[in-house]
This record gives sequence, structure tokens and C-alpha cells, in this order.
Amino acid sequence: MFRTFGFEEFWFILLALRWTIALTAIAFAGGMVGGLVVALARTSALPMLRYPAVALIRVFQGTPLLMQLFLVFFGLNLFGFKIDPWFAAAAAFTLHASAFLGEIWRGCIEAVPRGQFEASWALGLGYKDRNVSVILPQAARIAVAPTVGFLVQLLKGTSLASIIGFIEITRAGQVVNNMTFQPMVVFSVVAAMYFALCWPLSLFAKRMERQFSKALAR
Amino acid sequence: MTADPIVRMVNVEKWFGEFQALRNISLDVHKGEKIVLCGPSGSGKSTLIRCINQLEKIEQGKIRVNGIELTEGKQNVETIRQEVGMVFQQFNLFPHLTVLENCMLAPTKVRKASKADAAATAMRFLERVKIPEQAEKYPAQLSGGQQQRVAIARALCMSPKIMLFDEPTSALDPEMVNEVLDTMTDLAQEGMTMVVVTHEMGFARKVADRVIFMDRGEIVETADPETFFTSPQQERTKTFLGQVMH
Ligand SMILES: Nc1ncnc2c1ncn2[C@@H]1O[C@H](COP(=O)(O)OP(=O)(O)OP(=O)(O)O)[C@@H](O)[C@H]1O
Ligand SMILES: [Mg+2]
Repeated sequence: MFRTFGFEEFWFILLALRWTIALTAIAFAGGMVGGLVVALARTSALPMLRYPAVALIRVFQGTPLLMQLFLVFFGLNLFGFKIDPWFAAAAAFTLHASAFLGEIWRGCIEAVPRGQFEASWALGLGYKDRNVSVILPQAARIAVAPTVGFLVQLLKGTSLASIIGFIEITRAGQVVNNMTFQPMVVFSVVAAMYFALCWPLSLFAKRMERQFSKALAR
Repeated sequence: MTADPIVRMVNVEKWFGEFQALRNISLDVHKGEKIVLCGPSGSGKSTLIRCINQLEKIEQGKIRVNGIELTEGKQNVETIRQEVGMVFQQFNLFPHLTVLENCMLAPTKVRKASKADAAATAMRFLERVKIPEQAEKYPAQLSGGQQQRVAIARALCMSPKIMLFDEPTSALDPEMVNEVLDTMTDLAQEGMTMVVVTHEMGFARKVADRVIFMDRGEIVETADPETFFTSPQQERTKTFLGQVMH
């Protein structure tokens, strides 16, 4: 029979929040690693590294996240993997994050003044030392704000995983709505939970941005 | 001179797309020699010295630095760069590192010096450029003249065989020009091999063994400072000197 929205229903959604957070965390962590590789390839002097990175970025920028999710979900099946929403969602969001962070960080690397590259070359620093000691630390300072901004997008984007049957808060909301038929209440609660996560992150990003422009003005 | 030159450029040509920036440049720089490069804006002075450490690639000709052919692959390029110090117009210090760390970075990473050795060397050169007390500060906390002296110390910490300067005083407030020129003069007197792009004709007169005048990518005239300033041979040199000396 119908149930009214009460603590139990709220608790059900709240518990699903950990899967939203877990999926976001995995995709973001994987995307940081993948994104660094993509950004370094994208800014490489070698065309054989640069072009694949460009292609990857274009594909992920030019298609909807939902299609990426579908393609990975059904694609994995095609290659003989068992259909598993968890694995498919984690893989798809990690790839998505790698491409987007790769492009964001490419911009940050290119924003490091040319003279910094030239000074490192002139001192004879090799590829690794040049990046680790000179370029990336300066790029990282510029990167904080847009990276947190992307994290917010990613977190909201995980709601799409509900479509392939991954139980996170949007999916949990749908389940509860099917039992209560109180969509306004249910989805307001879901939205409030997203907001509670995203708002502090956005504030943090704003603050970092301000701090960075102050540091530049110095 | 009997010894091999530190730098030998033979028939070097350099294009930026359709534009030819260097035309048939041949130049030897011998050990201990001080060369001043001058010429109008866009004449190719920066391009010329940047070819010596391969910040610019050349299209034709040969460059040998310290006996190593520069046109022979990546390994050679990095080896050469370790032996060639460069000072830029905009200093190009690493803003996220302290003065001391700026000076220690290349010796520890490239020469694999120990932290203690690199720090001792860095302090020695910071004393030579007369700013040891600034070692713990960040570049942004120093004046332009101090930053440029740090940049000189940073390059010297690699014990280069030759130092290249690209208009080292052009970005400085007038009152700071002399502290940097004095540092460079000291360095010259200690026997460093130097190629300096500058419009400071007083410095050229005092320090240079040879002054080279460039125009439109060519070396137009080369002479000792006395001859260069009192009886230049080429019309273009005379015109240029007329403009810079008023
Ligand atoms: N990266 C580049 N791409 C295209 N053209 C360039 C590039 N670098 C330099 N040039 C051109 O090559 C010519 C020589 O430049 P260069 O910087 O060597 O001149 P310069 O003698 O150092 O002049 P200045 O006194 O203004 O520093 C100029 O006409 C310049 O516009
Ligand atoms: Mg120049």
C-alpha cells in the first residue's frame, strides 16, 4: 500500500547518499590520475601523444554524459563483461573526469608563463624535474578553483547513473516516490542533499579563486 | 687563439615561418671572451643567443658548444644547457621557490649535488652578487635589481662555461641598472666568457672585447669597442650609433 514520506523514507535516501559520494570520489580520484596523464600528453611536444589526447577530449566534450554512460555500460557487455552498474558507472565517470580534468589542467599548464619553461630549459632541467619542481606546482595553484568547480559538476552528474540502475540518491528518490507518490516532497529532499554537498564546495572554489587573483595582483 | 672556441656558429640560418630571423651567421666565442651584441629592435639579437642553448632551433648551419655538436639530438641539448647559463630580461625566477631554492634547484636535480653542497654553493654566489641576506625570501619580495642578481647567481650555481645575457637591464627601473651592470662587470673581470645583448653602451665600452652590430638578421659589423664607437665602417652601424648615442 501507499506509504507517507516519513523518517524511514528519509533514512533510505540518506543511506543512498554514500553511493553518490563513493561514485563521485572514485571518479574524481581516477580522473585526477587520468587527467594528469591527459594534460601532460595534451601539452607534450610529441604529436603522437598530443593527438590521441586531443581526440579523447573532443569526444568527451562533444557527447552527452548520458551517452558516455550508455556506451560504457553496453560496451562492457559487448566485450564479454557481466553487466554491473557499479563497474560501468565507475568506469564511465572516471573516463569522463579524466577527459575534462585533462582539458582544464592543460589550460592551467599553458597559463604558466613561457619564461618559466625557458628558465627551466636554460638550466638543463629534464622533463620530470621541470614538471615536478617548476611547472606543475605553479599550474596547481591556478587549477584549484576550476577543479573544485568540476567536482561539483561531477557530483551532480552522478544522478545520471540512476538510469543504468545504479542506486544513488536520485534512484533512491525514484524508489521512494513510487511508494509514496509525493514527488515534490521526495525530490525536494533529494535536491536539498545535493545542495548540501555542492554549496560548500562552490564556496570553497570561489574563495580559492579570489585568493588566486589576489596572489596575482601582488 | 689556439684553444677550441666555446661557441662556434657556422653559417646559421633561422626562420620563423616565412620570416628569416638569422642570415648566414658565423661567430666564434673564445674562452674568457666578452662579446656585446647590439642592433635595432627585431634585428635578431635575442634569436642569436637563444640558438646557442637551443631555446630556438636552427634551420641550417652548425653550432658547436664546448666541443659538442648542438644539432645532434636531445641528449646533447640537455648536456649543453647545463654548461650554458642564461639571464633573461624578465628575470624568470621561480616564484613559488625562495631565492635559495631557486639557486639550489638545478644543481641538486641536474648535477645531483647534495642539499648541503648546493646550499653552500648557492650562498657563495648570493654573496658574490651581494644579497646573501635575501636567501629566504621569495622573488616577489625583492626589487627588480635584486631579482636580476638572483637570476645571475642561479645561473652561476651550475658553474657554466659561458653566460648569455638577453637585455638584463631593460626591464629595470633606472636606479637599479647599475647594481646589475656592476655585478656583470665583476663577473667579466673574473674571466667568465660572456655574450651580452644590451643597449648599455657604457658597459660595452668598458667590458667588451668585441662589439657586434646586427641588423635584419645579419652580423653587419664586428670590432673592438674602441674602433666600433669611434670609427665604425658600415653606414648602418653609423646610423644606429647616431640614434643610441644621441
Ligand atoms: N617566436 C617567434 N615567432 C615569429 N617571429 C619571431 C619569433 N621570435 C622572434 N621573431 C621575429 O624575429 C625577429 C628577431 O627577433 P629578436 O627577438 O631576435 O629581435 P631582437 O634583436 O632581440 O629585438 P629586441 O631588441 O626587440 O629584443 C623579429 O622580427 C621578431 O618579430
Ligand atoms: Mg630581444
